[in-house]
Amino acid sequence: MTAPTAAGCAAPDQSAPLPASLDLEKETVITGVVRSTEGEAVPGAYVRLLDSTGEFTAEVVTSPAGQFRFFAAPGTWTLRALSRYGNGDTTVTAGRGITEATVTVTD
Amino acid sequence: MSRDTALVSADWAEKNLDAPGVVFVEVDEDTSAYDTGHIAGAIKLDWKTDLQDPVRRDFVNKEQFEALLSERGVSNDDIVVLYGGNNNWFAAYAYWYFKLYGHRDVKLLDGGRKKWELDARPLVRDAVSRPATQYVAQPQDTSIRAFRDEVVAAIGTKNLVDVRSPDEYAGRLLAPAHLPQEQAQRAGHIPTAISVPWSKAANEDGTFKSDDELRKLYAEAGLNDGKETIAYCRIGERSSHTWFVLQELLGHDNVKNYDGSWTEYGSLIGVPVVLGDEPGEA
Repeated sequence: MTAPTAAGCAAPDQSAPLPASLDLEKETVITGVVRSTEGEAVPGAYVRLLDSTGEFTAEVVTSPAGQFRFFAAPGTWTLRALSRYGNGDTTVTAGRGITEATVTVTD
Repeated sequence: MSRDTALVSADWAEKNLDAPGVVFVEVDEDTSAYDTGHIAGAIKLDWKTDLQDPVRRDFVNKEQFEALLSERGVSNDDIVVLYGGNNNWFAAYAYWYFKLYGHRDVKLLDGGRKKWELDARPLVRDAVSRPATQYVAQPQDTSIRAFRDEVVAAIGTKNLVDVRSPDEYAGRLLAPAHLPQEQAQRAGHIPTAISVPWSKAANEDGTFKSDDELRKLYAEAGLNDGKETIAYCRIGERSSHTWFVLQELLGHDNVKNYDGSWTEYGSLIGVPVVLGDEPGEA
């Protein structure tokens, strides 16, 4: 795990702790887990962050524990998960700080 | 160029894994994905450590590129098939980079690593080594690479296409939303640039939309086919994706990628910047 830098665009390790330099009074962090209908975490799922108009904003791949994380802005967002086991989505309203969400994927 | 020559499907790739003269190359910024499993026989290239100069902000030079490909076992006559994560952003960047240095036959794997994984196609962990070659690169083809002065001169005259997300274009975010937003440079976009997020050119599984859908997308966004086009994003990899669409799939012959992109433009002293959702005036 290397710290994200201004030059980089690859998603940081999704299970790593939040960077110590992160100011949660300024950042809007949306984080959570992708689960199957049986409740098991789904690693390797592709999670897409869509804005309130449905436009794609970002995408990450879940960690071995099924975790994902985005740095967004306050507002309403849709989380859309794709996996080889099925797809699913959920909508969240996020403010500054940490907002948690679970996305369930189903065939 | 056209879809038939620039793009290969996952089915084609799976049938040609052992084909002589075909080299699969996985390209990413974070190459740890390659180590957990890659397409059989594929070598890896690291966007940063292999393709960027370690000191200056620029590419490796011709001699360094020759040494890199020689050492990795790529020859001038090989068909290079590129794929990667992040919806092929870095693979598209590498495609453009191979073209910049004059490689004859380069192709992009449609859908990249994501489509391959979602299809549950096989990935292996075997170490890959290829015999060294004597690769010879061409001088950089700057007809496909834009620098900052020509970008400033293009305001109000050429097509400028900002391919970042709408919130980055408007200045509400400084980076893609999977990254922390703390950065020094100013937010916003280049005056007169139209906003066509790269993601509009791709399907959810990472494959490219059809030529008809793509033509309609850029026509409706106001791209003037009769003018030269410069595409940019934040660091030049998402705009490589759009450069690939315009020049290699749709066959435009006057498209440049501005690899300096917003991290350069948004840090320049004195250049005009527009905030909000409209392109703004020259």
